[in-house]
Amino acid sequence: MSSTEWEPVIGLEVHAHLKTRTKMFCRCELAYGAGENTRTCPVCLAHPGALPVPNRKAIQYTIELGLALGCEISERAIFARKNYFYPDLPKGYQISQYEAPLCGPGALDVPGGVRVGITRAHLEEDAAKTVHAGGATGRSVGADYSLVDFNRGGTPLLEIVSEPDLHSADDADRFLRLLRQTIVELGISDAEMEKGTLRADVNVSVRPRGETGFRPRWELKNMNSFTFIRRGIEAAVREQIAAYDRGETLEQSTYDYDPDTDRLTVHRSKEEADDYRYFPEPDLVPVAPPADLVERLRSGLPELPGARIERLAEHLGVESASQLVSTGNDAKAEAFAAHGVEWKAAAALAMNRGDFLPENAEALARIVQANVTREALDEAFAAAASGPIEADPYLAQTALGDESELGPVIDAILAANPGQVATYRGGKEGVLGFFVGAVMRETQGKADPKVVNRLLREKLRG
Amino acid sequence: MIDTLRLTAEQAAHLIRDREITGVELWEAYRRAIDERDPELHCFLHVCDDPGGDGVPLAVKDVIGTRGIPTTAGSKMLEHYVPVYDATVVTRAKAGHGLRVLGKTNTDEFAMGSSTENSAYGPTRNPWDPTRVPGGSGGGSAAAVSAGLAPWALGSDTGGSIKQPSALCGNVGLRPTYGTVSRYGVVAFASSLDQVGPVAKNVRDCAFLYSVLAGRDPCDSTTVELPSPVQLPDRDSLAGVRVGIPTEFNEHEAIEPGVRAAVQRAIELCSELGAEVGECSLPLSLDYGLPCYYLIAPAEASSNLARYDGVRYGYRTPDAGDRLEMYTRSRDEGLGDEPKRRILVGTYALSAGYYDAYYGQAQKVRTMLAREHAAAFERFDVLLSPTSPSVAFELGAKTADPLAMYLSDLLTIPSCMAGLPGLNVPCGLSDGLPVGLQLIGPQFSENRLFEVGYALETAIGFDPVPERYR
Repeated sequence: MSSTEWEPVIGLEVHAHLKTRTKMFCRCELAYGAGENTRTCPVCLAHPGALPVPNRKAIQYTIELGLALGCEISERAIFARKNYFYPDLPKGYQISQYEAPLCGPGALDVPGGVRVGITRAHLEEDAAKTVHAGGATGRSVGADYSLVDFNRGGTPLLEIVSEPDLHSADDADRFLRLLRQTIVELGISDAEMEKGTLRADVNVSVRPRGETGFRPRWELKNMNSFTFIRRGIEAAVREQIAAYDRGETLEQSTYDYDPDTDRLTVHRSKEEADDYRYFPEPDLVPVAPPADLVERLRSGLPELPGARIERLAEHLGVESASQLVSTGNDAKAEAFAAHGVEWKAAAALAMNRGDFLPENAEALARIVQANVTREALDEAFAAAASGPIEADPYLAQTALGDESELGPVIDAILAANPGQVATYRGGKEGVLGFFVGAVMRETQGKADPKVVNRLLREKLRG
Repeated sequence: MIDTLRLTAEQAAHLIRDREITGVELWEAYRRAIDERDPELHCFLHVCDDPGGDGVPLAVKDVIGTRGIPTTAGSKMLEHYVPVYDATVVTRAKAGHGLRVLGKTNTDEFAMGSSTENSAYGPTRNPWDPTRVPGGSGGGSAAAVSAGLAPWALGSDTGGSIKQPSALCGNVGLRPTYGTVSRYGVVAFASSLDQVGPVAKNVRDCAFLYSVLAGRDPCDSTTVELPSPVQLPDRDSLAGVRVGIPTEFNEHEAIEPGVRAAVQRAIELCSELGAEVGECSLPLSLDYGLPCYYLIAPAEASSNLARYDGVRYGYRTPDAGDRLEMYTRSRDEGLGDEPKRRILVGTYALSAGYYDAYYGQAQKVRTMLAREHAAAFERFDVLLSPTSPSVAFELGAKTADPLAMYLSDLLTIPSCMAGLPGLNVPCGLSDGLPVGLQLIGPQFSENRLFEVGYALETAIGFDPVPERYR
């Protein structure tokens, strides 16, 4: 067993498909699930002479994301060619950004956690999709032949690179969820892992706590589930610590994580790493976003999920606040709280009875704070989901809490059940529920349970 | 009887306008000329059927994409490739004045060469002397215009592929300011240098065709709108024009005496026509233009030619075992020696650890060349030099020595590197072969180049018809 205390060092490269109408460098429409190769043109099939024209909306979306992460927005961003051969890359190069990305350094504060530095965010085009047919494995090796669907080729892809500021799988998970939430709320991407519109490469290394340099990292490529990312990080950390404990040295490599075996297999070592021969894309001019556009986008940003979590956490703690924000229920909780509902109750209502129109928040807040019957409450929320409601009709259905009315009912029930009364008084207080139920039945559910409980205890103690 | 050897495009348009000939008759005249002379010259890789209409026919270099008409770029790689779209310049030619694509002209493979001998489909021969090359890469277009097989043609110029063949074939060719003519649909060689331009019998036709081609294209992000419209030249005088003679470009040892004499005579004519003539110096441009060009152009080419991988269109080896073999064999069998040579050089120049020393450094030098030219243009309106250091050379003379071939573009490359326009105007004969005069101006100075070129052309009185056809 290791005597050294090891510290994981984790950084992420996150890719999100932008939700533009058309592709990054041509006018083909993006359509998930369209028939194979029906969304193609000379540009995205790389026919001779075809030239790229950048998608203005995609540039705008990338700037918005950059602003949300506090990044510097480049005044002269440059597209670059990343050269390599693969059938899903029709030009033989991907247009990406290298030396002058659209968004420079920034940071994302994960509430209750760390501040994660953002190295850069840039814009590129996605590759097409290769399907390997025949053979046993469904993979490239051993396949009879491969087919390429170019519909996805050229989809605008946002790449966000974090600093290696994360030190646990939990950290990474919280960071990634918050980043995803931010992207989704900006309306620039659906960012759904299951659909492949959000993917991440995860860089993992470990070092003895206190060491400041970085050791060789493993890059887990194309991770497409939060669970696998967490487990992949844990596996990499585990295997690296074991290797160091055995006295081995590690080298920088690319790994595939196999969720079935929970093991990592080397994809490619550093020596085999491609030389992408980046150079500025001569078919495009530098992107120079006008300052007034950047300012307009900055002032148009909504309040971001990180800030909202921070604000709610003062009342509810980080976990509950994060849960509210990530489920999109935070505004409802705040609306209840604003109308006097206690914070924890407001959060619970938003989470459990969140399905109502926001305009009904005030009326509902009045209703839940009043002594209305359980039935009235259910009806109010049901009605509030489909149209505007008035509070007054529900408030009229006040729960029966008057002792002078409830007293005789309770007395009658106790009198009718001497055996149960004896059991209670013998120490089995669980029978109380039997009496409460009986009272509620007798009052057709209108009795205020709190008052019923108190009266029953007093009288039984009697 | 229509004499295609002498008929200019402007005259042809007037004959049709005045109903002296029909569109069909005009087309047939060129088809007969092609049938008669092209078996010897091999200017065309493909000759079209008449699409109908009254527009003046236009020959198109085979690196320029034409919808439904084979476009091979002189390469076996694209032997059976038929584009599904027209290059913007072709769209403009068709739409603007109903120009009819007469055929596709021969070119060095992917426009890489200075003699048209690198075409996978065999060389084109010079109409003035069929034992000699027409220059390149656009030898097909230049020879076709010179031999009366087309009234005018489209060429493409990366480091001299319009200007140099025009010089060797005795016609007028313009390499436009980078960014004034769309590259959309033009098979890319070196994107930051490639420009489409006109090849014609005289300066007015050249200017007119340029006016058809030029202007911003939303499909090519590097294009701009012309700052002022193209004007057809009509002035005989050069009064008020400041003509600079860069000494390095006029006294280089590679320049043949006959070339030097003809250019010298043209310079004297400038003075006689009222121009103010003075000397200037562009030392960096001559020393570093060529070597830097041969880093930047191959580097971009290595990337631009990566799409010819056998996956989607073009040549694919018939029997490959796996993906890697499919790539390597398709490219090995589909590409000729010169593209391969440049892909190797370019790949090396862009490789990790070498980028800064080669591609990065060459780009910095390029900026210096632009500055050096800009300084000269503070004193002069145009710069004059020979276009090619030699007249047309014999077929095979330089094929075994790539470096000797590269030197053919010694004088045309520097201004291309600086993004500047250049016009070739024939200025006489040397040993019975045309000598070309190169006029270089600042960016967007095409109108000035046409003006000077027209005045000189008129004064020189060069007969563009090869002596053996007269």
